[in-house]
Amino acid sequence: MTQLALVIDLNVCVGCHACVTSCKQWNTSGAAGPLFDDNPYGKDPTGTFFNRVQTYEVGNYPNTETIHFPKSCLHCEDAPCVPVCPTGASYKRENDGIVLVDYDKCIGCKYCSWACPYGARELDEKEQVMTKCTLCVDRIYDESLPEAERKPACVMACPTNARLFGDVHDPDSEVSVAIREQGGYQLMPEWGTKPANHYLPRRKTKMHIHEDELVRVDNPLKKEDIRHKTTKDVTLDDWLL
Amino acid sequence: MHPAFSVIFLTTLIGAGQGLFLALFSGQLYSAVNLLPAQESSFYITGSVIALGLMIGGLAASFWHLGRPERAWRAASQWRTSWLSREVIILPAVMGLVFIYGLLHFSGWHPNWFGNAIPNQPALIVGVITTLAVFILYIATGMIYASIKFLQEWASVLTVINYTLLGAASGFTLATALAAWQGSGLIGFYGTWAVILTLAGLLSRAASLYRNARIKYKSTVQSAIGMRHNAVVQKSMGMMGGSYNTREYFHGASAAWFKSIKYIFLVLVFPVPLLLLWAGFSTASVPLLATAFVVQYIGLLFERWFFFAQANHPQNLYYQTI
Repeated sequence: MTQLALVIDLNVCVGCHACVTSCKQWNTSGAAGPLFDDNPYGKDPTGTFFNRVQTYEVGNYPNTETIHFPKSCLHCEDAPCVPVCPTGASYKRENDGIVLVDYDKCIGCKYCSWACPYGARELDEKEQVMTKCTLCVDRIYDESLPEAERKPACVMACPTNARLFGDVHDPDSEVSVAIREQGGYQLMPEWGTKPANHYLPRRKTKMHIHEDELVRVDNPLKKEDIRHKTTKDVTLDDWLL
Repeated sequence: MHPAFSVIFLTTLIGAGQGLFLALFSGQLYSAVNLLPAQESSFYITGSVIALGLMIGGLAASFWHLGRPERAWRAASQWRTSWLSREVIILPAVMGLVFIYGLLHFSGWHPNWFGNAIPNQPALIVGVITTLAVFILYIATGMIYASIKFLQEWASVLTVINYTLLGAASGFTLATALAAWQGSGLIGFYGTWAVILTLAGLLSRAASLYRNARIKYKSTVQSAIGMRHNAVVQKSMGMMGGSYNTREYFHGASAAWFKSIKYIFLVLVFPVPLLLLWAGFSTASVPLLATAFVVQYIGLLFERWFFFAQANHPQNLYYQTI
């Protein structure tokens, strides 16, 4: 079975919000109609976004690290928002594991958003239906796009390639290899929601050089460099040369 | 969580309506076995109308909660998995049954099916079914909140018990006032049960307050972003103007106001109605007993506000600073 997901590399993310703006741009221009923006140029702007980048500081000064943390729907394999929906508007697709909302069935009761521990869902204040990350389902299957562009808008936009997209159930996919080899983890594993999206942790990039790598014990030059004491006596070489 | 007045009115109004029906029917049941004097049918009719009115008010309030109320009928479809859907089905069912119950008292149709001199046997049968439905509705209402496991303040059997006991207590208090108004002999019966249910509600609500004051939250900012370090501080939530995430999950009240709501409801729901009930049913005073219900109901509005506001959603870990 396929489970499409994002893998977000926190070691690479620079917090530029390109994924936020590209997500908004793509999803406000789609067939489902614009995402609400209230008072965009006024005092208290607010609006519907599927993706946000947050910033955290880890450690105590001066030993701190800044973590830029993109957060969107994690497309949980055991999504708690789906069974609570009274209308069946909230559903998880069998064929690719994407969690979606049917905007024509949603009654805007907000119960699914209460049942999401990650706060991944936002009620659109104008449409009065629940909205969330669709993993750009209207883009990744669009055969009019070149195959390389059949990825979520946020993945296309990321300038540092911190966002990987693929099938986490395929052990040989780019995302599965990244999770396996770079310590990919899930958010709030304590609730058993099994998020499909994974995060790759911060890593220290260090070179380990041992002293004996600088001075090789078996250095052939060094071996040749061993000079024996020469004698002042006349040797056979003196005669030959 | 941000307390929504639509849901506060929904849960308190239908709770009281269900409780009033339980009071009416237990009065009829006791009189069927000659433990209590039989009542005029007008008493049951008036009671059923009031109970139905409360539930209609609750249902109307619930529509204010919906973004798309015109599609509300769809909410009956997912009863296999959703407690909300189950409530959506059982609430109109209870209303219909209470309507039939009142109608049977109104009709004056008294067949003798059981061979004994039990008055109004059809209403008795409908009453048994309605009582079952009322308890299912209490459970469904409570389970909507208790089934969300990561809202740890709610995820407890005490939530369901509180919804049931507090709804029943307010219903029996109302029944006491109704009995005094209709001049029925059930003031003592209803008054006693109103006191018992209010005291039981006090016990279970105090138990849930005790439990909630000692909750150890499973989610931390460390598990929320997956950083294993003791010092993790949020520096930015990614937007400055606020969003659904900052409006829906925070109650927004000051700590002092939040705390005072707790004491307001603890006073208004329990000791004041108990005193008024005690003063009222010894004198059969309609104003005192009616005040007991009104005070208890207003107290329950505060109680429900506190219930919602106290729940601490784990998503709030992501929204600690602008």
